[in-house]
Amino acid sequence: MDRPNAIEMRHIYKRFGSLVASDHVNFMLCQGEIHALLGENGAGKTTLMRILYGLYHADSGEIVVNGQAAEIKSPKDAIAVGIGMVTQHFALVPPLTVTENIILGYTDGFQINLNEAHRRVAEASEKFGIPVEPKALVKDLSVGQRQRVEILKALYRNANVLIMDEPTAVLVPQEVEQLFESLERLRRQGLSVIFISHKLNEVMTITDRVTVLRLGENAGTVETQSTSPPELARMMVGRETFGVTKTAGKPSQGKIVLELAQVAALDNKGLPALKNITLQVRAGEILGLAGVSGNGQTELAQVLDGTRLVTAGQIKVLNHDITNVGPEKVMAAGVGRIPEDRHESVVAELSVAQNMALEHLDEFTRQGVLNKKTLLEHAKKLIAEYQIKASPGDKIRTLSGGNMQKVILARVLERNPQVIIVAQPTRGLDVGATEYVRGKLLEQRRKGAAILLISEDLDEILELADTIAVIYEGEIMDILPAAAAETERLGLLMSGVKADKVGA
Amino acid sequence: MIEAAFVTFLVGLLGATLRVATPLLFATIGELYTERSGVLNLGIEGIMFLGAFVGFAIAAKSAEAELAGYLWLGLGGAIVVGLIMGLLMAFFSVTLGVNQHVAGLGITLLSTGLALFGFRMIFGQSSVLPSIEPFAQLSIFGDLPILGPIFEQYLLTYVAFIVLLPLAWWLLYRTNYGLELRSVGENPEAADAAGVNVFRVRYITLALGAALMAIGGAFLSLAQLGAFSPGIIAGRGWVCIALVIFAKWDPIRAMWGALLFGGVFALQLRLQLLDLVDIPFEFFLALPYLVTIAALALAGRNVAYPGAYLKAYRRE
Ligand SMILES: Nc1ncnc2c1ncn2[C@@H]1O[C@H](COP(=O)(O)OP(=O)(O)OP(=O)(O)O)[C@@H](O)[C@H]1O
Ligand SMILES: [Mg+2]
Repeated sequence: MDRPNAIEMRHIYKRFGSLVASDHVNFMLCQGEIHALLGENGAGKTTLMRILYGLYHADSGEIVVNGQAAEIKSPKDAIAVGIGMVTQHFALVPPLTVTENIILGYTDGFQINLNEAHRRVAEASEKFGIPVEPKALVKDLSVGQRQRVEILKALYRNANVLIMDEPTAVLVPQEVEQLFESLERLRRQGLSVIFISHKLNEVMTITDRVTVLRLGENAGTVETQSTSPPELARMMVGRETFGVTKTAGKPSQGKIVLELAQVAALDNKGLPALKNITLQVRAGEILGLAGVSGNGQTELAQVLDGTRLVTAGQIKVLNHDITNVGPEKVMAAGVGRIPEDRHESVVAELSVAQNMALEHLDEFTRQGVLNKKTLLEHAKKLIAEYQIKASPGDKIRTLSGGNMQKVILARVLERNPQVIIVAQPTRGLDVGATEYVRGKLLEQRRKGAAILLISEDLDEILELADTIAVIYEGEIMDILPAAAAETERLGLLMSGVKADKVGA
Repeated sequence: MIEAAFVTFLVGLLGATLRVATPLLFATIGELYTERSGVLNLGIEGIMFLGAFVGFAIAAKSAEAELAGYLWLGLGGAIVVGLIMGLLMAFFSVTLGVNQHVAGLGITLLSTGLALFGFRMIFGQSSVLPSIEPFAQLSIFGDLPILGPIFEQYLLTYVAFIVLLPLAWWLLYRTNYGLELRSVGENPEAADAAGVNVFRVRYITLALGAALMAIGGAFLSLAQLGAFSPGIIAGRGWVCIALVIFAKWDPIRAMWGALLFGGVFALQLRLQLLDLVDIPFEFFLALPYLVTIAALALAGRNVAYPGAYLKAYRRE
């Protein structure tokens, strides 16, 4: 690109203990471009961006902003030179209002004039075309709305460089589209954007250039127009990759393993979250549950793993009634679960080995005392089998998303459960890890497990499921064989348009 | 006759309630601010004690030297020592990231030890407690019936309810410092990313909070009692910790908590004097604390602690 550079990061070096997270990385961002940063989990994308935003300090290297050397020691410094960041985990204060979050740390005078502040935020919202509700409390907002607050927060600070760390990982397709429209418009107004994503099709759609990081090193920068997803994947992992393929979508004739009959449940606020859910999953079948987030998927997963009470209806596993028997008995009945939020299904401060045994501690104890040796051997076996990049003693919180997911996968699949409830299994995972996880699920399907796959990623559902059910406001809109499902039709069902009106 | 006696009883009770509530209000607001920044300061009991002692010692020595504003010098001294202890707590909990329970209890032990040691050093071991001429009460309604005696209070009581309370509310909800304070206690990562200096906000808040705790202690020695004794604080600091939770970290609710405790305390004193039945006086002494626990049990369920409560912040 012939435009001047907005940002130049030169020879950035950063170590965490013995791990080199950024190894003399060079990174150039042009003015007015959308530039993708790609790389596997743990490649150092977030680290590099946190250095640019002043949240981490590079051990060495320099940063040049608009041609001038910049010393960025804290986010305050970054903001001062026009850099804004929307972090992977949102940096908002939930009990505060949208306005308070936006003006926080960027105010003049001592006293706050709330009316004036609301007005200014509304004005900025108008100017940049990012709709927000100034007086709403952030804790009441959806994920997509929160992200808009984050973007506006950066723009309100006069950012001309916007870093977005995996902004689409938490969004549904429609929201992604909205986001891309906003970014496109802002770019025309002169904003430069650094866009991190694991989704190659998004990168191909929205960006001008792509920089790939591999193991903390810059593996090259290419023009988006002159590259392709396979080439990018190759740059990321340093070898050819192959997408997983489902073996022939034979309509499953296995026996019915998981059965829900007219199940209803309430959400945390005591409002109906699930209404009259009737589903069947057969052995060797993957049932994909599609839907926009917040339509009862979370509650359904909880009902199935026994952590939420059913208010009506019945759940059966191989004709065993498991309605409201509690998580322990559900697990004993052969149900394994891979929950939506992987950080909540592990204990961050415990080791990999301990986390792997967590759900079956009784098998690792003798007279109430944990047997360290069996624990360790068990962990070693799983680590080898699932190719997890970690040692048994590592605290689980130090693992990358992909490796953490593999630990959970290992813990569940090792027991060859007859039923697997899996929610958003590849959210935030890189291409390689995604491929691995999907491959494992298909392997379980071959072995005859009944799998309920809850995902907001339609591509994922289309790729894996034999049968697709669509959920909307706690109700099943329709159930159809994957072969007959088109994206458009699913999209309509997901937004609540009934099957008969879709014209089946 | 009985009616008149009852009115006198009530008037006395209300006046005493305000008096007892005053030191609690100072210290509770101090602790409330501290906790709003994400730090629990269990040094409160010791800091109140040290404030009471330093205030008294400076006032007593200044009075001996016949300095006119000896009480104000004492109060100033208490504030300074409060600030210092607050900064020390900040050094442990913010800079070093030490476990806050341990750091706070350490501050309490240190402050208590320092005060007792200082007391021995300065006043020796006489059997009569040293005393000073304390702050006088203002009687703004003069000899008016009812209002007169109820509002015959110390200047510091007026300050607590009329100045400190609105100021604390305004500062918390209507200023940039307050906004930063609330964010830092709720989500320091977010505050940091927004350009707020988390460390600075916590340091300032812990120092201010501890100064208020020390004023609370000094109120007892310089106004209410005009003396200092080792039992002067008698667990009031711990009561304030409970009141903060009762208040759900809101200054106005903190006032109601302080008044409730003050009311029960004042009532208990009067019940003891009445010598009604033969209930051991220890029961009455325990009453305000029991009420605190009960109020906490009722109001303290499902409370939303500040998001970053007890957590040190590190950026790597
Ligand atoms: N605060 C930290 N302390 C120790 N190690 C860290 C820290 N932050 C990151 N790392 C390590 O540095 C490496 C790079 O991590 P980083 O988060 O930058 O990867 P990433 O490319 O953003 O991955 P992902 O796609 O999973 O978000 C990883 O191995 C990670 O475990
Ligand atoms: Mg990352």
